[in-house]
Amino acid sequence: MLIRANTETATKAAPSRRSFLKAAGATTGALMVATHIGPNKTFAATPNDPPAPNAFVKVAADNTVTVMVKHLDMGQGITTGLATIVAEEIDADWGQMRTAFAPSDPQAYNNLFFGPIQGTGGSTSTANSWMQLRQAGAAARAMLVAAAAAEWNVPAAEITVAKGVVSHKSGKSATFGALAAKAGTMPVPAKVTLKDPKDFTLIGTRLPRLDSNDKTDGKAVYALDIRRPGMKTALVLRPPRFGGTVKSVDDKAARAVPGVVDVVTIPQGVAVVADNTWAAQRGREALVVTWDDAKAEMRSTAQMLADYKAAAEKPGIVATKEGDVDAALKKAAKVVEAEFVFPYLAHAPMEPLNCVIEMTPSGTCEIHAGSQFQTVEHATAAAILGLKMEQVKINTLWAGGSFGRRATPNADYIAEAAQILKATGSKYPVHLVQTREDDIKGGRYRPMFYHKVRAGIDEAGNPLVWSHRLVGQSFVIGTALEPMMVKNGLDHSAVEGASNMPYPVPNVLVDWHNAPSPVSTLWWRSVGHSHTAQAVEVMIDELAHAAGKDPVAYRLGLLKDHPRHRAVLELAVAKAGQDKLPAGRGRGVAVHESFSSFVAMVADVTVDKNGVKVDRVVAAVDCGIAVNPDVVRAQVEGGIGYGLGHALRNQITFTDGVVDQANFDGYEPLRMSDMPKIEVHIVPSTAAPTGIGEPGVPPIAPAVANAIFAATGKRLRSLPFDLKMLGSA
Amino acid sequence: MIKLSINNVDHDLDVPPDMPLLWAVRDVLNLTGTKFGCGQALCGACTVMVDGNPTRSCQTLVGDVAGQKITTIEGVDGKVAQAVQTAWRKLDVVQCGYCQSGQIMSAIGLLTTTPKPTDADIDSAMDGNVCRCATYVRVRAAIHEAATMLG
Repeated sequence: MLIRANTETATKAAPSRRSFLKAAGATTGALMVATHIGPNKTFAATPNDPPAPNAFVKVAADNTVTVMVKHLDMGQGITTGLATIVAEEIDADWGQMRTAFAPSDPQAYNNLFFGPIQGTGGSTSTANSWMQLRQAGAAARAMLVAAAAAEWNVPAAEITVAKGVVSHKSGKSATFGALAAKAGTMPVPAKVTLKDPKDFTLIGTRLPRLDSNDKTDGKAVYALDIRRPGMKTALVLRPPRFGGTVKSVDDKAARAVPGVVDVVTIPQGVAVVADNTWAAQRGREALVVTWDDAKAEMRSTAQMLADYKAAAEKPGIVATKEGDVDAALKKAAKVVEAEFVFPYLAHAPMEPLNCVIEMTPSGTCEIHAGSQFQTVEHATAAAILGLKMEQVKINTLWAGGSFGRRATPNADYIAEAAQILKATGSKYPVHLVQTREDDIKGGRYRPMFYHKVRAGIDEAGNPLVWSHRLVGQSFVIGTALEPMMVKNGLDHSAVEGASNMPYPVPNVLVDWHNAPSPVSTLWWRSVGHSHTAQAVEVMIDELAHAAGKDPVAYRLGLLKDHPRHRAVLELAVAKAGQDKLPAGRGRGVAVHESFSSFVAMVADVTVDKNGVKVDRVVAAVDCGIAVNPDVVRAQVEGGIGYGLGHALRNQITFTDGVVDQANFDGYEPLRMSDMPKIEVHIVPSTAAPTGIGEPGVPPIAPAVANAIFAATGKRLRSLPFDLKMLGSA
Repeated sequence: MIKLSINNVDHDLDVPPDMPLLWAVRDVLNLTGTKFGCGQALCGACTVMVDGNPTRSCQTLVGDVAGQKITTIEGVDGKVAQAVQTAWRKLDVVQCGYCQSGQIMSAIGLLTTTPKPTDADIDSAMDGNVCRCATYVRVRAAIHEAATMLG
């Protein structure tokens, strides 16, 4: 028996949509509840409907509570976070919580902030799921209570639930598991009452991560670990230059390598298919391919930068304009002019991109992947294979990092795998694997950017004028994302963090030039903020210095109307203490809002003949209610490490259109000995949760740059820092 | 045929002797807890024990380790391994988790030879293990925690 009822609950981010609760249960002895976002219609009680496939919560007879996770967990801990939200409202014991990755289904599992698309990104997983999963948990709880009330013949109002046990004052009690079957037959409540946040017992506490065990004994399964009967491994030889195409292929030697079973040309390059990864690598090395570079990027990095600088001489597409910048620059008491250069950056997740794709005997397609834009990948694979959406199934797995890399507007590596499956006649499951060289040279980089800033202060030292021109490539224009993300020619992701900086300046101009190139680019953890925070927070520090003011006091004075910025900055500064740093050491601060969260950092550095060592970082964060404070701390620690790699040494450069770096030697990630001591403090909040996967990245580079200035008097603006500029400092 | 002893089980593998141990373990024996990260011994994700020493399996040829005692994450046991895994869980070190098999193997190697490592010891033993999630703060803390547990 199945009962559905509706509850209308407008979600903050999707006010035009309505949430519906629906539930199914009964024959399986399990209670399943889902909140469903759909068109404007009411679900009626229809006993013949099949059990809802889009359940978010499943209470099983074995007393486990499984949360269906619609998002990719690439390390950000979202499985633990989403399970916490459900556990709180259903009043479960943490030990009974489980998670499973939801199937690809944009009707049931769309990201409420993305519209009809299932996907993970923009630090939205907790924020968009917050009300949805609280409602799902509360509805499941109400149905368990109703089942107990019916079973015990007592009023539901007299029943309490705590730590997975349903109790009545008469002494009767039952586990969730014992009540699951009956609860599945209960009507779904038309309305649910959510807890008052002051009554939270799990949210805001330290709970063990649900993935720690499997990730410490080698049992967690990533796409690279999938083994299917008859599976072959495919490596693709791609053009050495972006925009290049295959001209001719001589595959005789490759086919002669033992273990190689096929060589096929696909739109993206030439694929070598073999019995195992080693044979595929040997086969690929033996391939002889000539390339057509007619439409390829042929420039070197120096030429690109010269082109960007030339573009910056002319006005760009306006993002923000107030007052009269030209007049104010003439009137300013002091003007600081600065340029910032930011390189292309690879995401370099530890698990190289890969997926397994196969046709089943029934003619459907099955994909195993650390899938981040499930709906895009689902639709792209279906289109390439000539299948309907319902004939393709994506199994989402743990992902070994992403940092944005797996979420592409064209399904990227999954499209390659589908092309190989098609070209090989779907004879065997294909495991498309990238090597680290494929990854580092493979594009989808954070775009290179050039910023030119002229900022001036008035006689009192307050900012009077801010002229900020950015040049960099849009990864949105020309893709399916353009209609959603580009307005009047402006790609907001190129200027975010600069166009909306919190400091009040009466005369502002922020504009941007697109710098198209065949080099493929993408969002990289914190997107535009990965460069704009450096420009804004270093410049404001320069203005403080020009005004002869303390950089913290200067910021706090300007942030009068931004209490959340102020609160994180004050907290970080207070926690960092007042130690006098000896000569050769320096302290710098930065504060930045991204993805609706606020993060301030105080960095202490030592500068000596060995270069720069970041000794300690004290961070303070306001991300609304911290569902799992320890996961929040972990994300900020990780964001600091990720951003520091970028600040200290990472860059992708080109010589005659060919990427200079290939592996972790040329593109060396931050290592243990580089990592500072870190403290993360969380501002208590009753606001709805916002993002935390990305906001830890933007403030670290400027905090360190400002600390280097405090230590040496030298401004290192561009990233990675050019340590040669420090000379004997 | 190459004779390999992995996790106390003997295998006869029909693979070329120049195949890296990593691929023999992952693709032939389907022991997938050992990860591929770089293929050049630059990241440590593929670390296994060869006769008790942390070794990058991506740059170790099967022909060179025939007959030696190889241990992967699936086969670790003993007091040190247990302390390391317990500490990792207690401090919730993992994020994406992909590099952690390698981190744990290197940590076991360190604590086996250096029961009370200093921060400098940890830097030198762990610098070859890359974590793009930058879990380093917790890796360090967990190694100290495991050392404390081992007494």
